[in-house]
Amino acid sequence: MNQMSTARATEKNTQMVGERSTRISARKVNIYYSEKHAIKDLSIEIPDRSVSAFIGPSGCGKSTFLRAINRMNDTIDGCRVDGEVRLDDKNIYDKDVDVVQLRSHVGMVFQKPNPFPKSIFENVAYGPRIHGLAKNKTDLEEMVVASLKKAGLFEEVKDRLNSPGTGLSGGQQQRLCIARAIAVNPEVILMDEPCSALDPIATARIEELIDELRQNYCIIIVTHSMQQAARVSQLTAFFHLGTLVETGDTNTMFTNPQDKRTQDYITGRFG
Amino acid sequence: MILWSLLIILVAAVGAFLFAKSQATTLQTNNTGRLASLPGQHGLLAAAVAILAGLAGIVVSIPFSASFAWMMPALSVAAATIAAFFTISRITPNWHARNKFEAIVMGVLIASSIVAILTTVGIFASVVFESVAFFRQVNIFEFLFTTQWSPTGTPPSFGFIPLLTGTLLITFIAIAVATPLGLFSAIYLAEYASPTLRRWMKPVLEMLAGIPTVVLGFFAALTVAPLIKHSGNAIGLNVASESALAAGLVMGMMIVPLISSLSDDIINAVPQSLRDGSYAMGATKSETVKRVVLPAALPGIMSAVMLAISRAIGETMIVVMAAGLAANLTFNPLAAVSTITVQIATLLVGDQEFDSAKTLSAFALGIVLFFITLALNYIALRVVQRYRQAYD
Repeated sequence: MNQMSTARATEKNTQMVGERSTRISARKVNIYYSEKHAIKDLSIEIPDRSVSAFIGPSGCGKSTFLRAINRMNDTIDGCRVDGEVRLDDKNIYDKDVDVVQLRSHVGMVFQKPNPFPKSIFENVAYGPRIHGLAKNKTDLEEMVVASLKKAGLFEEVKDRLNSPGTGLSGGQQQRLCIARAIAVNPEVILMDEPCSALDPIATARIEELIDELRQNYCIIIVTHSMQQAARVSQLTAFFHLGTLVETGDTNTMFTNPQDKRTQDYITGRFG
Repeated sequence: MILWSLLIILVAAVGAFLFAKSQATTLQTNNTGRLASLPGQHGLLAAAVAILAGLAGIVVSIPFSASFAWMMPALSVAAATIAAFFTISRITPNWHARNKFEAIVMGVLIASSIVAILTTVGIFASVVFESVAFFRQVNIFEFLFTTQWSPTGTPPSFGFIPLLTGTLLITFIAIAVATPLGLFSAIYLAEYASPTLRRWMKPVLEMLAGIPTVVLGFFAALTVAPLIKHSGNAIGLNVASESALAAGLVMGMMIVPLISSLSDDIINAVPQSLRDGSYAMGATKSETVKRVVLPAALPGIMSAVMLAISRAIGETMIVVMAAGLAANLTFNPLAAVSTITVQIATLLVGDQEFDSAKTLSAFALGIVLFFITLALNYIALRVVQRYRQAYD
């Protein structure tokens, strides 16, 4: 199983080579929660139109760094970010950056599905409404349908767009959240352990979806499952105790890790 | 004598506890196996049984207490002692004293809640009884559908419509003032204020709820009402010296803390994940509040407002002092009006004969008030139930 998916990943990698350009680059990023130094001197380059996976034991800072990419850490009291995170050569921590605009370019999907207590339609229409993307009602409807189709949810919910989003199953709710995120046409989608609350079948469905979405988006996924990282990602970054230990092509990382800690982690010796 | 009896029962209970406990301990040391209940639990059961039997003794001896003063302590201590000895005689290794004590605890809890329910039923029954007496003298349709209220006039008339409109008018003003103020301060406290500021502001707001309504009443009558009258006169409006507006404004201030405190709790109960979801979509704070947090909290906020409305409808002192006694049928907030509660208070103050239509009409008003608040509480309860379902 593991070998098979690794083989699949290799195949994809060969297809992608040469097309990828850097979308996000972080230089000397330090993140503090009040006194705690959560991320230490982190630098990384993340390619466009591919899936990058952040792996590492709990509390290693991978989610913290993920949340730094769309400045969700701003909502946490006492959290401070130093260094620069460049999206298309623009530092998102510059003073003149509008967080609202940034987040419409960098969408996010959370660990636990968090649909709003509104109808399925209104959940997806939320982003286009607040950013004024739709010119009229038909336009908005088209956007919602297109997003639901991209998230692979449309066929299952097309007869009940007006029923509450909270009434869907866990996997459907998570796909609804993905549809909600892509409705505003982001360039980057951050996913914070998007499958950890789902059963294996729903997980497989989401992984398929991530694989399709990679054609059009730069996707970063935080995951606890190394099999998942091996299955869906092209680039893997291993975090440990707030530092980035090793980054590399997923295939290489899982077959021939450079660092001892990476090797111990992916062979299940700790974490 | 009751005091003495209670004291003796208490002594008997302590004695029963100690004796039962020592009996059980002896049994435990002599017996090789384990007891089904611990010695302390045997003691508690014996003490509880002694207290219950003693109280039963007091109740039984009440009819005789006038002629035989000594009977109450004697009977109760006898009952307590016999019951305690009977319980202690049953102590065996397999006797589940722990479960029996649990049953007694449950019984006491049920009895306490039944007292509250019976009191409500009793109040309702007495009000209904007096109202029936009133409606024998005055036609119920005259009461419900005519528009003249003057119980002391000759001939007296009992049309309660002006009181209803007065009540609704003042309540409406109060809610119109309190809902935005209370809700906005709740939103500020829950979403915008820093934790330090919130720790200070919330108790200060709640202090407003602790001001006795009679104090608010003279504030309304001596400060707010003249202020409204003078400023109204200054722009050429005819304002009564006691106005519905003054009473309504001050009553609104009274219920602001109720609404803000409840709404603050409700807004805080909205899961953080929903806010995160909204912020991650690029929504600002106010967009998140308006489109995600408030819709999610709306049922709870509505029930808070409902509670505030029942509180406003039942409020008496502020209206007595600030809105006057004239039962005018008007929707003009600048005129003097009277409310149901104010009329009840004035009808029953001082020495009254309890068979005249004038006094009895207070009970008819009481029952109307009872039904209005009952209906509101019912609606509030239903709304809260729907809210709970939404989050499970």
